[in-house]
Parts: sequence; structure tokens; C-alpha cells
Amino acid sequence: MTGSPATGPLLDVRHLRVEFPTRRGVLVAIDDVSLRIAPGEVLGVVGESGAGKSLTGMAVLGLLQPPGRIAAGEIHLQGGRIDNLAAAQLRAIRGRRIGAIFQDPLTALDPLFTVGAQITETIRTHLQVTANEARERAVALLREVGIPAPAQRFDQYPHQLSGGMRQRVVIALALCAEPALLIADEPTTALDVSTQAQIIELLARLVRDRGMGVMLITHDMGVIAAMADRVAVLYAGRVAEIGLVRDVIQRPRHPYTTGLMGAIPKRGSLATRLTQIDGAMPRLDAIPGGCAFHPRCERRLDRCLRERPQPTPADGSEVSCWLYPDDAS
Amino acid sequence: MTHPDPPLLALEQVGRDFDVSPPWIDRLLSRAPRQRLVAVDDVSLQIRRGETLALVGESGCGKSTLARLAVGLYVPTRGRVLFDGRAVIAADSGGSGAAGRQRQRMQMIFQDPYASLNPRWRVGAIVGEPLRVHGLVPDRVAERSRVGELLEQVGLSARDAARYPHEFSGGQRQRISVARALSSNPEFLVCDEPTSALDVSVQAQVLNLMRDLQARLGLTYLFISHNLAVVDHVADRVGVMYLGRVVELGPRDDVLNRPRHPYTRLLLDAIPDLSMAGIARPAIPGEVPNPLSPPSGCTFHPRCPLANERCRNEQPALLPATADVLVACHAVQEGRGLIAPERGA
Repeated sequence: MTGSPATGPLLDVRHLRVEFPTRRGVLVAIDDVSLRIAPGEVLGVVGESGAGKSLTGMAVLGLLQPPGRIAAGEIHLQGGRIDNLAAAQLRAIRGRRIGAIFQDPLTALDPLFTVGAQITETIRTHLQVTANEARERAVALLREVGIPAPAQRFDQYPHQLSGGMRQRVVIALALCAEPALLIADEPTTALDVSTQAQIIELLARLVRDRGMGVMLITHDMGVIAAMADRVAVLYAGRVAEIGLVRDVIQRPRHPYTTGLMGAIPKRGSLATRLTQIDGAMPRLDAIPGGCAFHPRCERRLDRCLRERPQPTPADGSEVSCWLYPDDAS
Repeated sequence: MTHPDPPLLALEQVGRDFDVSPPWIDRLLSRAPRQRLVAVDDVSLQIRRGETLALVGESGCGKSTLARLAVGLYVPTRGRVLFDGRAVIAADSGGSGAAGRQRQRMQMIFQDPYASLNPRWRVGAIVGEPLRVHGLVPDRVAERSRVGELLEQVGLSARDAARYPHEFSGGQRQRISVARALSSNPEFLVCDEPTSALDVSVQAQVLNLMRDLQARLGLTYLFISHNLAVVDHVADRVGVMYLGRVVELGPRDDVLNRPRHPYTRLLLDAIPDLSMAGIARPAIPGEVPNPLSPPSGCTFHPRCPLANERCRNEQPALLPATADVLVACHAVQEGRGLIAPERGA
């Protein structure tokens, strides 16, 4: 684990369980997920649609849509527990100590207000500053996120900016109150590749300069490879594997991770066929017993059908798979 | 080029404009002129039988417009689109006679399998519709058995014909789209971002399926994608588009491993690559300009590190850079700037 005991982790998610009660029974969307993010560390959270990666971010932000709820587990931020706080206390943390960036920069901004008004409102919500100071800060922030002519852009409306510029404004908004933790949920998915490269580079620089911890949620392993220090691979609401990005990409341990890496088309690869994981991720109302991946797994053992594997250290990574039963490393 | 047999699809200086003027009364009040957006301009390319030509580019570069021009869903404003030597007939010009026979030979697969299947039709009716329209089956019994074959060909079951699209996952729906496209025994398939709405493991299933079908049925693909890794995986030849024009066109290995046009190099540098974990990449300045007011000369010049006075004034033509590769760039033609080093895996 990276978080050194002297400082302690910035974010510590312990055995998180998120449930959605429905008429036909309780759906478990996140099941026993544990993650840690050290200060200044970028943790990638990767998985396919429905794996629970966005919900993990929402749970940390305290933004689960009812009837969704945290049914078990704890979330600690900078040593203090935050999952059991009242709505008003959470609101003071969100934006102040935890910033958030979401996928679509157009829906994240209010079309009826100038970008300057939106940024100064956020600054004045969290910090005790005058209107003039807020304006100065806002312009400085716009400059920091790479917006040319920030003083002019301050008075423009979101529709006057391009997609990449809007995402920069969203990033500026998330940074207003200098949060210690940033949750970035698919921050580049809606952008073109050349814009995506610029935003990745910007986020990487801000993380470096400010020493923020980041939870980077994405389906794109390429973005993870470019930005993250460690990565957690989620499958059916559970952590299949967690480890250093290099290890997970080059030496995946869990059969799902192996399949996922083989399924990604790579430039310059000579293989004519991609690795294929047959079947699809189970629906929430039909998660198999034992290991959730066992019906699609080519290396399953009898044990996988009955017993659920727990995260086990294997060569620096932690893997939830019966192929790695003990401390083999 | 050294291929004697005529191309299956040929675009000859094709252009397509769209009228994006504000409503008449607004124009009158603000004295604004009509506005035309040039979505595709002066594109010439050929697709040979059995090959996959992939077109890549960022949003708004005109690649989807080109796909629609290829199958007659749009009529070109300038130039000609020829399929097997004959002009492609507009899709809205009725389905009988020569138009029907031509249309049967070309089909399209769309990006979003949630929007491209009628939710109120059973899968059997969706896949069987081209069979009925083109009169390819004598009766219901024959239709049902052909639909069953088609579904099995794409890895579904004949029994799935009785189900509705909502009962299937995204990947399975895209298989249904493929089965429908194959039902009229086409030679030519236009695939517009067929996997970009899918998760990677499902994308791998669909890409493998498309490759198997091509080998088995001798299909010709025009493959539209923004994902260069996917293109590297499926294409024989690659065309790179920027603001409505093809800027580089050639065999896949040339275009992706030895890119010549500065834009192609920029695109290739911009994709995060799994092998590059932890390595800083150069950032590329600027964004795609507004196609309503494209820059003068070479439309890429504001972002190009090699741009000079000529690039600002004169639009470069797509000219041979080697025997197989065409590039539209003054710098490449004049031999100014860098020769790209070999880019390995």
C-alpha cells in the first residue's frame, strides 16, 4: 500500500456496500469495496458499464440517489468519518474538501449564468472573501486551467466556449476551494482525442502542483495509463484487482483483468483477433454466487462457484481470485 | 496503384454542403446572409473489393457525412459517388428496379444499437425486413428460416427472433444490427462507429465477429471511427479527415506507423497508450476550428508546427508522397520539416 503510516491515507473507503431496495428485493450495487488514496496520489477506478465505478465516487461525495444508500462500511476523509454526517455537514465538505468533475461539461454548467458568476459563487460559498477578491481568484483560476484571455472569458456564457474550454471551466470550479481530494468521473470521455490529451496533461499538472489526491473514474485504460499511479479494477460492484498501473497493465493477475487487457485494441499489435470474454457482466439482480466472474472465467475452480474470494496480496497487487489463495509472493 | 480490377466504391471530388441559415424572419431582421456549412469537400477515394478502408478524425470532420454519402443517404452537392461503376442512387428515390438492386448490395450499421432498432418490433421482423422489401424470400416460412440462419451467423439463437430489442444487451443489439445488415446478402457494409457505444470486452466480441464475417463472406467495409487503436485493428487502408477533407490516405502500416501529415502525427501522439504508462507526452495546442468559418489556406495551419506563409494562403491538394500514400500538406511536398521516425509497437 502506498499511503505511508506517518501521514495516513487521504481517503479510506472500508468495506463499502451500497444497496438499492426495490420491490423485488435489495440490489447490491457495490459489495465490500475497500480503497485508499494517499495525498498526492491518483487512483484509477476502471470497469465496464454497471461495474459500480461511478457509484463509488457518488458514495464518497454523499450524492447517492435515494433509494440508493450506504448499507455497510465506512468512508474516512483525512482521518475523519464522513459517511454518517448530516446533509448540511456533507454540503460543507463537498466542494471545500472534495472537488468533483463529471463527464459532460455542458450539463455541469448553468447555461443562464456567465462562467465568472458561477466560479465566484462557488468561491464565496466556501471561502470568506469579498466580491472583488473572488473575481481576482476566479480569473487566476481560469488562467491556471489554461483558458486564454481569462478576463474576457469571465463574462462569457458556457455556450460561447468550446467543449474543451468548458471542461477547463468545470475543472476550475472543482478547484475553487482548493480541495484535498478530487473525484473525476470520466473527465475526458466527452472530448475529442486532441482535447482529451490537453485535459489529461492539465489535470496531471494540477495534481502535481497542488498535491491533491484524485479518484479517476473511467472506462478507458489509456487515460488510466496516462495519469494514474494505482488502479482498481471493478467487476459487478466488487474490486477484482488493485495495484500499480504498470503491474495491472503488464502483468494482470485476475482472469477478468487479463481478458479486459486483451480485449483492448492496441496500436501496432500483430494479433488478428482480440481476446474475447464471452458473455456480459451480470445484472444486479442476478449476480452469481461465489466469485461473481466465475460463469465467464476460463480458469474457474470448483471453489469459485461456492466461496467468494477475498482481496489477497499477490506480487504487490491485491487480487480477489482463488488462483492466488495465500500470500504467495 | 497496381490493382487492375475496378474499385467497388469510388468517390470523385465529392462535396456536401448543408444550409445552416437561421430562420427566414431572423435573417431578415438581422440582415444576415444565408450560411452554408461545407461538411465534406473535394474528397476522392476508392475502396477495392474485400478490403476495409477506415476513416478517422475528430468530431465534426465530416466522416459520418461521408459514410452517408457512400450509401446514398445524402446526395453529394459536388462530385460523384460510384458503386461498382454506377452512380449511387439517392435513398429517398423509391426502391424499385435498379435502385432496389443496388441498395440490396450495400448496407449500413449505425453507432447506437439502442436507437437503430425499432423497440416495438420483434427481432425476427427487424432482421427479416430487408428480405421482404427486396423480395428475397418467397414466403413466411422461408423468411423465418433465413432469419434463424442470420441470427446464428452472428452468434445469437434462432429463438431470439421472437424477442424484443429491450431484452438484449448493447453488444447483442449490435449483433442484431449486423444480422439485419447481412440479410440482403450485401457486398459492401458501411459501419459508422459500430463499437463506440460498447464496453471494451463487448467491443472485442463485435470486432472479432465483423472480421470473421468479412473472411467468410468476402465483405468490403467502409469503417468510420474516432478510435485509432480500433482502426489499427480492423483496417487495410486508412484515411485521416480534418475539417471535411482527407489529409492523408494510404495503407494502414504507412499511415499509423510512419505518419506524414502533421495532423496525423498529432492525433497519434494524443491517444493515451497502454504501453506509455507514466510517460509524459507532448501536449498539442488548439482545437478543431469552427467549420462555419474555416481558416484560410490549409485549414490545419493555425495548429501546425510547420506552417508558413504558403500554408496560410494556399490549400494543399492530396498528392502522392510515396507510391501508396497520399498526403495533403505543403511541408511534406516541399520536404520541409521533420521526417517522422518509425513508430513501433
